[in-house]
Amino acid sequence: MNIALKYCWNELLEQAWLVPVLLLIGFGLAFAIPEYNWLNKYIQLVLMYIGINIILTVSLNLVNGYMGEFSLAHAGFMAVGAYTAALLTMKVLPVAAYPVLFPLAVLAGGMVAAVMGLIVAVPSFKIRGDYLAIITLAFLMIVKSVIENIDYIGGPRGIPGIKRLTTLPWVFFWTVATVWMIRNFVYSKYGRGVLSIREDEIASDLMSVNTKRVKFLAFMLSSFCAGVAGALFAHLLQFISPRVFDIIKTTDVLIMVYLGGIASIGGSILGATAYTALMELLRPSTMAALLDWLPEFVFNPLNQYIIQNLGVWRMVIMPLLLVLVMLYWPRGIMGQREFRGFIPRRDRVAHRRLNDPGEKP
Amino acid sequence: MTLLVATQVRHLFGGLCAVADFNLELQAGQLMGIIGPNGAGKTTIFNLITGVYQATEGSIRFNGTELVGLTPHQITALRIGRTFQNIRLFRDLSVLDNVRIAHYAQANYSPLEALLHIGRYRREEQRIIDNARRLLAIFKLEHLAGETAKNLPYGLQRRLEIARALAIDPELLLLDEPAAGMNPNEIDQLMEFIQWIRAEFKLTILLIEHQMKLVMGICERIKVLDFGETLAEGPPTAIQNDPKVLEAYLGEGPVG
Repeated sequence: MNIALKYCWNELLEQAWLVPVLLLIGFGLAFAIPEYNWLNKYIQLVLMYIGINIILTVSLNLVNGYMGEFSLAHAGFMAVGAYTAALLTMKVLPVAAYPVLFPLAVLAGGMVAAVMGLIVAVPSFKIRGDYLAIITLAFLMIVKSVIENIDYIGGPRGIPGIKRLTTLPWVFFWTVATVWMIRNFVYSKYGRGVLSIREDEIASDLMSVNTKRVKFLAFMLSSFCAGVAGALFAHLLQFISPRVFDIIKTTDVLIMVYLGGIASIGGSILGATAYTALMELLRPSTMAALLDWLPEFVFNPLNQYIIQNLGVWRMVIMPLLLVLVMLYWPRGIMGQREFRGFIPRRDRVAHRRLNDPGEKP
Repeated sequence: MTLLVATQVRHLFGGLCAVADFNLELQAGQLMGIIGPNGAGKTTIFNLITGVYQATEGSIRFNGTELVGLTPHQITALRIGRTFQNIRLFRDLSVLDNVRIAHYAQANYSPLEALLHIGRYRREEQRIIDNARRLLAIFKLEHLAGETAKNLPYGLQRRLEIARALAIDPELLLLDEPAAGMNPNEIDQLMEFIQWIRAEFKLTILLIEHQMKLVMGICERIKVLDFGETLAEGPPTAIQNDPKVLEAYLGEGPVG
């Protein structure tokens, strides 16, 4: 029975229609949920944050996990994307054309961030590890202080009153698109080049890999996705300021990457989802709403002494959890492993043994 | 036909002269050995040919192309493959991926095609997989295609490294101490194996080795280095009887 089930499951995963059908269902849900108010507004908001965090995590994993560098600049790229898109929708694009032009603004945010990615890629040719981490940190600080000193874009006060154009279907679309592109990149000669740079850069160069080109592409793709996430974020939060994109933001994404596990797209998706959901759960209001069903004599003291204080303890509990994960689960949820569905069929077949029962001769 | 010509190559590490006035002429199809005591500059010469180091002076020409000034991946794409003294596989990657990575220069598709998995991507990827599996089959590693490279026993890692070097479809193969860590029996097998790949892949081979049995057994010409300078060059029999070589390499005084 068990074997039959397993066989059916394996057969199902091999079906070419599976991914398009799942995507269609996802899109359908993304449209239907806000349209018919199937979930309350708060949960819809959390779903959108999860999508944005998935984009950020998967793209940072490309540099920190697959390539084995340690970039701290991700929030900087996010800021560049956010400011570019917000300025476009607020000052350039006509109001009437918002629904059509919003994706263009997001795309522009990604593009400008990708150009910034080139600037960080150049020092990475000569410098690795801790030293590159310092350079990316410097980049983050430069981005922040440049924004703070330009009055036209609000300086340290930021930009208030951004139109709320980010919707669940758009978040779904961009999440799928960016994750799909990064997955495609990883399973190409460039992606294998990225992996070989992590393993041994000199050997990689001597095996004909153009390491500079590969680094350029990886940094560009990673920062493009961060820019897209920033653009979506700006049009969801409706207010951006330099303080939103400081080192704490990068740290959040780093936590999601290492929680999910390095060099794994599936892991990053799980890590981003778990971390975002947990952080929201630890809010007093969410927790109170969630435990509402408890009898009053349990709920009231619980609420008074624990739940109402969660706001203070939230920032203690999460790092503590991270320390525990790193101690007992150092590779994260699925470090260097991947869901089968994310690996192209061609790659899976190629890695099988010849006498493997799954393969026809 | 002369495949590789090095003329008056000189390399300095700061003030230290690692290679001085190095000259080499390698005919296509030849199997040449470089021997010399530790620190004689043998591996430095490999690193100069493959572009890891840039020669301070002199010129290295391969098939008429000047190699000094090119980057390692450009030189490798001209079809020069190499292995390393201490195995440098991509340890955490699969056996198949180790060989596939070496196809980078041959995979003919653009970043955009890679990003969207369109156009030439599919055909090229399939071709690379087929070629990689063919190489693994030749080296009797195909059943290990999905295995992580670091889990392979030492001997197989050496074999995989040669398979990976052959994946770049080289005309010239540089082997850096291929017999390191092998017992006499394995060395016999390795000698046969090197002869065989040379015929099978129509290779010109330059190898560094300390095992006299291997060097004297298969090399057609031998070059002896000491302190960066060339002591002698010639066929094995001449080298064995060269007094300068005996003094520097095999030790002073009567041998045997």
